[in-house]
Amino acid sequence: MFKLFQPNKIFQITSKAPKYVLFLFVVVLSIGLTEALILSPEDYKQSDAVRIMYVHVPAAWISLGIFSSITFLSTIGYIFKIRNFFLISKSLAPSGFVFNIIALVTGSIWGKPTWGTWWAWDARITSMLILALFYAMYLISWRIYEKEEKIFKISTIVTILGIINIPIIKYSVDWWNTLHQPASINILSKSSIHSSMLFPLLIMTAAFALFSLLIFLMKYNTELIKVKNKGLDRL
Amino acid sequence: MINELLFMNGYGAYVLSAFSFTLLSFGALYLVTKIQYVKEQNKFVAKFGSLNTEKAKLAKSQRINKEILANVTNN
Repeated sequence: MFKLFQPNKIFQITSKAPKYVLFLFVVVLSIGLTEALILSPEDYKQSDAVRIMYVHVPAAWISLGIFSSITFLSTIGYIFKIRNFFLISKSLAPSGFVFNIIALVTGSIWGKPTWGTWWAWDARITSMLILALFYAMYLISWRIYEKEEKIFKISTIVTILGIINIPIIKYSVDWWNTLHQPASINILSKSSIHSSMLFPLLIMTAAFALFSLLIFLMKYNTELIKVKNKGLDRL
Repeated sequence: MINELLFMNGYGAYVLSAFSFTLLSFGALYLVTKIQYVKEQNKFVAKFGSLNTEKAKLAKSQRINKEILANVTNN
């Protein structure tokens, strides 16, 4: 099964895919922005400030999703010694980190009109900040070490330690009294968000997911070419 | 209509700055990733060009190397 993940086979697809993904991203983002900024209704309590949700929530979701994927791939890669899983993880990290920063900054901008402050050391916000630090540590581990074995080991340890923070982020609003509101969207039970707001939120999430796919493909291709560059040096 | 859209009941500055920050971050990340990609591709082409005929033939026998070179010419 792991032969499917061989770089030679993957590169054939990943080298051609970015232009199609970019086109799809632009189309979906245009629809999402029109829905989020113009067509969706204002909130009865928060008025138009609620529109910040359409960038804040998808960014937070995707940054959490990417970190979980990185942890899974790094751990499996380390156990079964699959180098390509580390390249995939490394290629996912930059967009995950940027989405984490977007979630923090847009959350801060949203906090000012709704809570009256740009920042609070609240459990949800602080745990998201800690996630950003884990992302930074992960990215730094690829830069400061030279030996591949050491990079694989350290980056896997960073992700395993960081994954402990993911359930804390998810349940922080239930476990502690926080300024941050509890989740409005539940997969297992009925969501408290109206469909007129849920639809633009899902469109924006799809746009953000496409963007992270685009960055992943470009970054992964770069990593594969780097590997091949080293191969040419050895010839 | 446009004034209403920009003002957003007094929240325009917050909403538009959040969206602008997001889109600027997207633009910056895309640009940085694209520059790194092109840089690495150019490095590959330069290294490939400096190989002698025998080594170039050997390198070209690998499918992925052919794909990389094909992509450079397509870009």
